[in-house]
Amino acid sequence: MTISHFGAVILFSLFTSVVFGITQRSDPRMMIRFGAFCFALFVGGTIAASWVMWLIKH
Amino acid sequence: MATNVSAPVRAQSSSFPTMVLIVGWLVPGAGHFMLRKWIRGTLVMVSIFAMFAIGLALKGKIYSPNTGEILDILNFVGDLGNGILYILARLLDLGQAAVQVATADYGTKFIVVAGLLNIISAVDAHSLATGRKRS
Repeated sequence: MTISHFGAVILFSLFTSVVFGITQRSDPRMMIRFGAFCFALFVGGTIAASWVMWLIKH
Repeated sequence: MATNVSAPVRAQSSSFPTMVLIVGWLVPGAGHFMLRKWIRGTLVMVSIFAMFAIGLALKGKIYSPNTGEILDILNFVGDLGNGILYILARLLDLGQAAVQVATADYGTKFIVVAGLLNIISAVDAHSLATGRKRS
């Protein structure tokens, strides 16, 4: 199996956010919100860190 | 000051929460199934099984018990969190191939994180069983 860096980020963020949402909140609606928040933070944080590394290199 | 602590959900047996914790660790999602949280259990199970399978497909490494470097020991502890998946992988000699691709490191991390997430899930199921977590 081969996977792109971004694909790995998406899959990792998706599954991790699902478990975080379920375990860290009690109300189902809040679980979805927290899961979505974690997902956005994972993906957004990775993209931001990638740009920082690109800027450092250039 | 009075605290608003809810009563244990299942007080019929004092060993029930411990059983939920152990079963939840051994089989991802099973702790929630024991508490009749079918959707949560299924989501946890699918997530952890998928992360573990993707990790193996990416040629990730399964760590053995070791007394080597501290990071190897921590990775082993993370892997152990996968419960029966880890035992099966060791029995079937999976995750032992020599690393030939760069993405294998991603695979290793997927497996370790799947184990850590499973531990969180098992503890969550235990908290539900004791009543520490409301629902």
